[in-house]
Amino acid sequence: MREKIDQSQVKKVAKLSRLDLSEAEIAEFTGQLSAILEYVEKMNQLDTSKVEPLAHCLPVSNVFREDFVKESLGTEKTLANAPEREGDFFKVPKILDDSSGA
Amino acid sequence: MIFSRFLRYWMIVRVLEVQKELLEMDCKKLRDEISAGRVRSVSATEAVFRAIEKNEPVIGAYISTFKEQALACASDIDARIGAGEQAGKLAGVPVAIKDNMCTTFGATTCASRILENFQSPYNATVVEKLLAADAVIVGKTNMDEFAMGSSTENSGLKQTVNPWDKSRVPGGSSGGSAAAVAGRMCFGALGSDTGGSIRQPASFCGVVGLKPTYGRVSRFGLVAYGSSLDQIGTITRTTSDAALMMNVIAGHDPADSTSVGEDMAPVGDYLEKIDEPIEGLKVGVVPAFNAGADKGVQKAITEALEVYKKVGAEVIEVDMPHLDYAIAAYYVIATAEASSNLARYDGVHYGHRTKHAGDYVEVYTKSRAEAFGKEVKRRIMLGTYALSSGYYDAYYLKALKVRNLIRGDFSKAFEKCDCIMMPVSPTTAFKIGEKVDDPLKMYLSDIYTIAANLAGIPAISIPCGLDEHNLPIGLQILSPAFSEAKLLQIARMFESQTDWHKKRPPMIE
Amino acid sequence: MNKLQYKVLVGLEIHVQLCTKTKMFCGCALEFGAAANSRVCPICLGMPGVLPVMNGQAFEYAILAATALNCEIAEFTKWDRKSYYYPDLPKNYQISQYDLPFSSNGFIEIPVESERTKKIRITRVHLEEDAGKNLHSSGNFSQVDLNRAGTPLLEIVTEPDMNTAAEVRALAVELQRIVRYLGVSEADMQKGHMRFEPNVNLVISRDAKEYKTPIVEIKNLNSFRALERSIEYEIQRQLDEFLETGRVMEVGNKSTRGWDDVKEVTFLQREKEEAHDYRYFPDPDLVPVKVDSRWLAKINSGLCELPIKKQVRYVSQYKLSEYDAGVLTAERTTAEFFEQALSAGGEAKRLCNLLTQVGLKLANEKGCGVAELGITAESVAELAKMINEGTINASAGDTIMREMVKTSKGPQKLAEELNLIQKSDAGELEIIVEQVLAENPKAVDDVKSGDKKGKKALGFLLGQVMQKTKGQANPKVVSGILSRKLS
Repeated sequence: MREKIDQSQVKKVAKLSRLDLSEAEIAEFTGQLSAILEYVEKMNQLDTSKVEPLAHCLPVSNVFREDFVKESLGTEKTLANAPEREGDFFKVPKILDDSSGA
Repeated sequence: MIFSRFLRYWMIVRVLEVQKELLEMDCKKLRDEISAGRVRSVSATEAVFRAIEKNEPVIGAYISTFKEQALACASDIDARIGAGEQAGKLAGVPVAIKDNMCTTFGATTCASRILENFQSPYNATVVEKLLAADAVIVGKTNMDEFAMGSSTENSGLKQTVNPWDKSRVPGGSSGGSAAAVAGRMCFGALGSDTGGSIRQPASFCGVVGLKPTYGRVSRFGLVAYGSSLDQIGTITRTTSDAALMMNVIAGHDPADSTSVGEDMAPVGDYLEKIDEPIEGLKVGVVPAFNAGADKGVQKAITEALEVYKKVGAEVIEVDMPHLDYAIAAYYVIATAEASSNLARYDGVHYGHRTKHAGDYVEVYTKSRAEAFGKEVKRRIMLGTYALSSGYYDAYYLKALKVRNLIRGDFSKAFEKCDCIMMPVSPTTAFKIGEKVDDPLKMYLSDIYTIAANLAGIPAISIPCGLDEHNLPIGLQILSPAFSEAKLLQIARMFESQTDWHKKRPPMIE
Repeated sequence: MNKLQYKVLVGLEIHVQLCTKTKMFCGCALEFGAAANSRVCPICLGMPGVLPVMNGQAFEYAILAATALNCEIAEFTKWDRKSYYYPDLPKNYQISQYDLPFSSNGFIEIPVESERTKKIRITRVHLEEDAGKNLHSSGNFSQVDLNRAGTPLLEIVTEPDMNTAAEVRALAVELQRIVRYLGVSEADMQKGHMRFEPNVNLVISRDAKEYKTPIVEIKNLNSFRALERSIEYEIQRQLDEFLETGRVMEVGNKSTRGWDDVKEVTFLQREKEEAHDYRYFPDPDLVPVKVDSRWLAKINSGLCELPIKKQVRYVSQYKLSEYDAGVLTAERTTAEFFEQALSAGGEAKRLCNLLTQVGLKLANEKGCGVAELGITAESVAELAKMINEGTINASAGDTIMREMVKTSKGPQKLAEELNLIQKSDAGELEIIVEQVLAENPKAVDDVKSGDKKGKKALGFLLGQVMQKTKGQANPKVVSGILSRKLS
């Protein structure tokens, strides 16, 4: 198990998180994240081989809604908070590749 | 002439006394007085705004206030009551809302620059409920950015100080709400609690903070941080006020898939039996766990347990071997969920957008880097790492298993006792800046509150003492899922025997 | 000379848009062609504080589809977040299903040549939400429309069991037919209701050794034609590439290519497909779904006989041609109308002709289905009977059918009104035949002479009888009488 995290890993994580960090911030975060991850290793003291993961506290399942139409916001309200818009659209710098971003 | 000056002076003093009396009423009393027409909501609201004028420059609890709107609302309620109409459960009571709950009025900022100007087109369900109950909404309170923090020092917009000592933190992340209630700048407030964010600031500010069972109160409109841990709760000066507010906000919401249905856990009337003590109350304690707190805190907890014993409770030791791992599990689960919940803040559809984007990817990376604070960035990265390929099993999955073990500890303990009591925080309010440079140190101070969120059970913090610096100490009581009514009764047992909840911050005197 | 043989392997990933009234997690209406960003709410916009609630109808439609695809339905299924950043994905994660999809291990039967069918295995079918649309405007900007964001999508993944482009097309067509039959999707290609991503590679045998070419995923295919053409192109391209470079499949060298419908070529989009780190984890805002047998039975009461089964049955049971069986089973309402008419006593081949040659043509003109023309299956059955019994002849049948649609009158009534009832009374007809024979001695002689002229003359005489009876004589009966009298 990893004891720490190094700067190149922090850079990768920053990229996955879409955060543009300065070299100074990368260095600072590397130290802090290392310390936190080292603390979190504590969990390995526990034998959880026979324990189920608990994703939901509630024993609830099968929550659905009816297929009834509800009023939408309307174009104006939808775009009201948009930082940049063009007519009825949200506007972003051109997306060059036609597929989803990695 | 001297007589008229004296008369005027006497009238001013009298007005101030009436105002002070007014501000000292709890929500329940105020609501009853307003509904009976004996006090006007406008008077209460004006009193609140005068207090804001006086205390806000020091405390800084509010990000935004709505004086005109609040007075108009108050006036409307007074008119309706005057016309003999039925008044809501919180009729005319001025309350505050933590700024991570969406409102169609004002902005909803989460104390972050990324949402500084965000105007929500919808109200959170709890806000709708408050409005339907005829509450008067005073303003949105300060918090740690996106609820990430334990001191409100992580706010991206302003600083809030503790009304008891302005060199100290009010606690977090609902520090603004706790400070507003303690500072008599509202009669009650809503906060949110993911790892202790209601209970800890309540204890630091000497007020009552209740985190309900997960699923008891709708999360629709609460800006998500740790979705499987977040709950909206109440910050008030008395336990009966907590009960009153719960009567308004609790209940199933079809817009929240994780909110619990009436058939599974019906909402009763939390006020109905609140003054009935629990006969033969069994209180569980975990002595080794409590030993980690400051001496002053431990002393107050011990004395509180004596109060319970005096009224017939039995204190028994329970074993909860996995509590020590709660912080580790929490900081994996909460940050993992947060990293995903905060991905939407990208400068495209709403919120801050950078002016320096070269391509569309930079719209994301620069907008987020510019407007998120350090703690938020830290937690996003921690969470992303925990979920990333190759680490998921070791961190996230492991944490979910530890969570199961912790829930198991509570289930076993509750077989032997009605509730568990422990400190809220290892310390009282610490100095501003004291822990801000050491994130891990800050995380470790959540040791007592975090387990309740992991297990999804309700927990309350009530004032139980003052330390040698005259700073409030909170007693935490935890109980089984959906037992809030009983929890409030247990808390009330202490409140009815003591005066701690009546103590006021020096600056209020 | 190297003897080179190759086998083509194609697996297909299909996204099918369900025809619920609302989106998967919010109440926004699904509406094709609505004004940009007019069908958006805080939930599908991914605003702060919103929460998703599952559309029950979408889930039931999904189960129905998966059952029709012979899949095992999971007793327990959950929702996962798939994280990636893209402007048409407002939350920057998609709610989908990862390790516990609601169904898996099925198959779809597709028609292949000459009455055969082939089973293509289905790995899994799961539910997810669609993203919005990016439009590339001119200049340096793209525009984002979120109307489509949150639409319920069925994702179907097949095993690489298809070996020709034609088979892939057949699967696509069959899938369209199935989902339309079930009423779970309109599957209108023009509206983008079905999207395909084939994964293609070759297994080449040369000199007793086998080589696998790298897998290529083709994106941006919105029509059956594009699907078939792109695979055909890709097969040839991969063959050429292998002959030139000898490149084989290795871990991580799967690539993505787009299809240019104008130039009719595939072009490289992404080399060395990096495994995306989607960071899947269970969505904490949604609860799992438990499917019990009672609920499953209720949903599956909406199942019907599948089109391929009907098609095969029409050929074997009713001896219809493959083509006709295909036409009748193209849409469920047509097939059901046909079957209703059959149970009302109509004979299969006659009904088939009436429906394929008249009924469907009229329906197409009106832009509706055969069942919406305003005629009942029973009346068409009656019409078919009348033709087969000789009460009217076949062309009269066509005319009456058209009139039935126009007037909603029954076939018997119309036959009488339009004087189309054939005279079949031999006695009556014999009198007329004798009249005609008397009036046309030359023709009679020609017939009796027995040669080619005779055949023509026989036709002429028949025509005369038809004329005298204003087309109402039963030609069979008349021919019989003529043959008797002239033999």
